[in-house]
Amino acid sequence: MAIVKIDNVTKKFGNFTALGGIHLEIQQGEVYGFIGPNGAGKTTTIRILLGILKATSGVAQIFGLNAWDDAVEIHKRIAYVPGEVNLWSNLTGGEVIDLFVRLRGSNHKSRREELIERFDLDPTKKCGTYSKGNRQKVALVAAFAADADLYILDEPTSGLDPLMELTFRECVAEAKEAGKSVLLSSHILSEVERLCDRVSIIRQGQIIESGSLKELRHLTMTRVRVETAMPILHLEEIPGVQNVEVFAGGASFQVEGSRLGEVLKQISQYDILALESAPPTLEDLFIHHYQGEA
Amino acid sequence: MIRKLFHNTTVLAGLIWRRDRMRIPVWILSIALVSISVAMSFPSLYPEGPERFIIAETLKNPAMISMIGPGYGLGNYHIGAIMAHQMLLFTAMAVAMMNIMLTIRHTRRDEESGRIEVIRSLPVGRLSNAAATILVLAITNISLGLVMSVGLGVLGLEGMDWAGSLLYGAVLTTVGIFFAALTLLFSQLTETSRAAQGYTFAFLGVAYLLRAIGDIGSETLSRLSPLGLILRTQVYVQNYWWPIWVVLVLAGIIGCAALRLNATRDLQAGIIAARPGRRYASRLLRSPLGLVWRLERTSILSWAVGIFILGASYGSVFRDIDSFFQTSDLYQKILPMIEDFSLSEQFVAMLLSIMSMMAAIPALLILLKLGAEEKANRTEHLLARAVSRSGLLGSFLVIAMVVAVIMQVLSVLGLWTVAALSIHGNPFPFFETLWAGMIYVPMMWILLGVATALLGFFPKRTGMVWLYLTYSFFTIYLGNILQLPEWMAKLTPWGHVPNVPLEPIKSSTVVVSLLLAIILIGLGFYGYNKRDIRG
Repeated sequence: MAIVKIDNVTKKFGNFTALGGIHLEIQQGEVYGFIGPNGAGKTTTIRILLGILKATSGVAQIFGLNAWDDAVEIHKRIAYVPGEVNLWSNLTGGEVIDLFVRLRGSNHKSRREELIERFDLDPTKKCGTYSKGNRQKVALVAAFAADADLYILDEPTSGLDPLMELTFRECVAEAKEAGKSVLLSSHILSEVERLCDRVSIIRQGQIIESGSLKELRHLTMTRVRVETAMPILHLEEIPGVQNVEVFAGGASFQVEGSRLGEVLKQISQYDILALESAPPTLEDLFIHHYQGEA
Repeated sequence: MIRKLFHNTTVLAGLIWRRDRMRIPVWILSIALVSISVAMSFPSLYPEGPERFIIAETLKNPAMISMIGPGYGLGNYHIGAIMAHQMLLFTAMAVAMMNIMLTIRHTRRDEESGRIEVIRSLPVGRLSNAAATILVLAITNISLGLVMSVGLGVLGLEGMDWAGSLLYGAVLTTVGIFFAALTLLFSQLTETSRAAQGYTFAFLGVAYLLRAIGDIGSETLSRLSPLGLILRTQVYVQNYWWPIWVVLVLAGIIGCAALRLNATRDLQAGIIAARPGRRYASRLLRSPLGLVWRLERTSILSWAVGIFILGASYGSVFRDIDSFFQTSDLYQKILPMIEDFSLSEQFVAMLLSIMSMMAAIPALLILLKLGAEEKANRTEHLLARAVSRSGLLGSFLVIAMVVAVIMQVLSVLGLWTVAALSIHGNPFPFFETLWAGMIYVPMMWILLGVATALLGFFPKRTGMVWLYLTYSFFTIYLGNILQLPEWMAKLTPWGHVPNVPLEPIKSSTVVVSLLLAIILIGLGFYGYNKRDIRG
């Protein structure tokens, strides 16, 4: 069952089109990565899902309910961490966490204490004295202390140190294990790569690619470095090969994922001594999409 | 060594001036213009003759002395003496507030937001920012004093000679520098700008109270307060300069102590350790309603005290009011004449109206806070949880409406208590006055309705409601003097209120205004549920 369903959603602010008809579906138990540069429309999409912004056209649903009309009903079952956490400077972190948890209606005291410990947060300090990372921890503790069915996380780790990032990843993994769904918006690609089952890439209000990481990789180039006994002839002319660099005793090049087998077959006749192939990283994917179409 | 500590101070002073080149002149000019225009109005308010003597008599009661300070030269109450008596203390307090806010802004707040850290990573001395702040504020205070001295001196009003005007300006400069130094000290002591601001304002309040108590009974107590001390200059009457030197020396000592602490402490640390706050939220803090109360309670309490004092200060003038009004042409113009009622009764009707406008301010501030929360991206925390938009808007509105009622009750209470204390015998009856004050509550709610509608449809234009309140104030308060046509007053809710307690309350007025408030509020809710929330 699709937990989140976005069907042909557009959003216009005056003349500016922030979202130009996007589709997105998150299945139960899935960690879904939502990547794109600043200003691409990630936060706008999330705010439409939260019922804070009203879609100009199209359908946005969570749990089969309309994100705008049934916002309160939906919000009882979701947890949200905004990208920039602004808190009331004269309330303590502990007070804010309690307030947030109570506003959802659930209360898990032991879970709260455990998370405060794991995220190494001092809940007795006023929010005004917290650093960006600590404010983010407040939002994360409040979110994971809630027993939600869907976690919407908008760049949740941008202020966290590597240790806390690890804790965050553990929390996401635990949620996934418990069968929860997660929408993780980020531009930290290693994070998405490690956590997400499927990914959508958004650019200028359009989703330009989505699918599992494996599927996406297939669409792009694999980097190959090969050493051969005999010099490889006419490497550039093999279909699907690009960016060739020849050096003494070998060459490195990129090859389209779908043609890898064929290319290797041809090269093998020059006696392969060593072969390294690296699958494209998400970063390669990202840059490929952005530079290719800019 | 010393030069190292102050390296590049002038460059930083330039930066402060660049950031505040509008703010500082606006402060100086608004304080100076208010004082000068009030001084200009005094000759027509207090024409020479026996009524001056009567005013001087009314000002001798303890309530008045504790409010505005001891009167000097009441025997020969010329315009200069009136000015120093009625304006100097409050102007000095305004100057103190200006210095508190500007100093915090450039010291602890910049430190809190991490801007000082960036500055300190450059070749800049450890004390340069504090020194630059002092430098800019010293120049600001001196300019303010000069503008004031020249402005008052040029008027050349009766009793306002140049020697007195120069001292008048010097008093304000001195008070300004003292509070700048004091704020700098508190900025070293506390870790947050809010705490520093709170402590300094508390100091200002204590200084005012100490002077109030001292002025009634104990000269020594008054002199312990910088505000009390500075009034001992007896501007335009005796023109003593010694209090100026004493306060300046004190300011110097406090400033040096602040610099010393600044030089030795760590960046972003305070001397008074911030005490740990609550680990858990209280039972109250479990709903948007609880949150609004938690966020606003300090300001609600301070407003409650302020509104009560305002009512009390109006109440304190009642003792000799009838004899005063009979001699004042201006006030006879302000008050619409109605036969068969004493002037003080008519004065009550007008006061209730004015005080309800003042009491509407805290209620509006609370409601408009919702707009500020949205701007600061904090409503999304709430709306992303199981909180409906109506619930959120409703929480702010309910507290604002209740606050409107409480403030109006407090103002009537303040007015009645002090009036009853100072008029021996039979003051106006309490419940009748309270009931008359309550007729203004629907009008205050209409104003809240306007603000709600703005929040629903024009969230960026919520400031319009302040214009409307200001318009109401001017048309009602000054309408009779300026001979404004009646329809101008009828554009405000206040223009439709019967002249209670002189005229009977018409139930139709109450019903219509409540209906109007409900319609406006309903519109606001409709709009708020329909529109995009910015954050």
